[in-house]
Amino acid sequence: MVSAWEMAASVLDPELPALTIADLGILRDVRESGGAVTVTITPTYSGCPAMGQIAADLRRRLGEAGYRDVAVRTELSPAWTTDWITPDGRRKLAEAGIAPPGPRPVPVQLTVVQLTVVQLTVRCPRCGSADTREISRFSGTACKALRQCRACLEPFEHVKEH
Amino acid sequence: MSDNDSDFDAYLSLADVTADDHRWAFGTGFADPLAGIDASIPAGVDAAALAARCLALGDDALIYSHRLQQWATRAPELEEETALANIALDLLGQARLLLTRAAQAEGRGRDEDQLAFFRAESEFRNVRLAERADADFAELVARLLVFSAWRLELFRDVTADPGPNPDSDPVLAAIADKAVKELTYHRDYAAAWVIRLGDGTDYSHAKMQAALDTLWPLAAELGLGGEASAFLDAVFAEATLTRPASAPLAPVAGKTGRDGTHTEAMGYILAELQSVARAHPGATW
Repeated sequence: MVSAWEMAASVLDPELPALTIADLGILRDVRESGGAVTVTITPTYSGCPAMGQIAADLRRRLGEAGYRDVAVRTELSPAWTTDWITPDGRRKLAEAGIAPPGPRPVPVQLTVVQLTVVQLTVRCPRCGSADTREISRFSGTACKALRQCRACLEPFEHVKEH
Repeated sequence: MSDNDSDFDAYLSLADVTADDHRWAFGTGFADPLAGIDASIPAGVDAAALAARCLALGDDALIYSHRLQQWATRAPELEEETALANIALDLLGQARLLLTRAAQAEGRGRDEDQLAFFRAESEFRNVRLAERADADFAELVARLLVFSAWRLELFRDVTADPGPNPDSDPVLAAIADKAVKELTYHRDYAAAWVIRLGDGTDYSHAKMQAALDTLWPLAAELGLGGEASAFLDAVFAEATLTRPASAPLAPVAGKTGRDGTHTEAMGYILAELQSVARAHPGATW
């Protein structure tokens, strides 16, 4: 029988279906006791509308795997960060045409208007050029920014460092 | 229903009507957003003060989010539309968490839906700036700048250290910790537009200054702290705008938004926000 962790870790993220919730660092903990399982997940952003869907998918998956008593709990602290996206998750993002996040920038003491935190290189997932620009810091989902490649002109999404 | 990894569709369970949380958009009757988090009020935290604090911060987010949602399909460009919808979604998420915590702390058996949809205008504790309708894009970004700079500092204070009662509540601190990262995006988005328009053409400068002058009487109610105030001054300087010196919008019989006294705009928001829930009590959508 596949372990409860493996079952839970195979649930896909509804908004980034190329990745599992384990790849994204949303899955925090799976505890098994007898036939009961408690799964702990954390939201990426406060308003993430996928949480209910993820919980439902977890209950369905584990239920089909024979676990009769499945509880899904939320955890807010520590707050989710893109640093929790696994190396596998980053590879899958790039393969799906979405630029993966870089390391989270260290917060700087604000003395003047600091509109752009240290701009790390974001490479175009299509041609690999580092010559890309941010079109909008917001995109189709809360966790992504919209960018365009200056070399091949491809517009693409970027999971922004958070 | 059978599926395996090869044909697993993340949206499949949307069609499964047997469970209660297989819906995508926001409505009513959703699972408790604080499910599984210890709901007890720690010793030393004043439950009534915590309920009031979470209610005020939650109402600010709920009402402001609703105002931003009204820009959907009306923003000048698709990128701005997406940005405003994302900001509205972040604030709605904060509102749900905060209202749920407020309901736990007050201990009257209510939940986020009852607080959002079944309270009267005088029971809402949001600042009056949150309910103001934006007449144009300049007013939108000016208001968002002031609101998010203020809210960011408020939430940073909550997370700074154990803090004064009731900010020492670990659930409030965890909500604030998530919100700080989101509010930084919101503030920077607004600041970038205020600078671009303020330091733009004569026409855009005049519109930006007029927008700031128009809403400034509502800023006094926020009690802007040192950090937020300094940030605004730095943005105004960069944007070649003048910080208005206009008098605050007067309280009514000594009362403002935090006391449940609102402007005319509030009734229209609540009518739109609450009408479906009130027409069909107990329905979920």
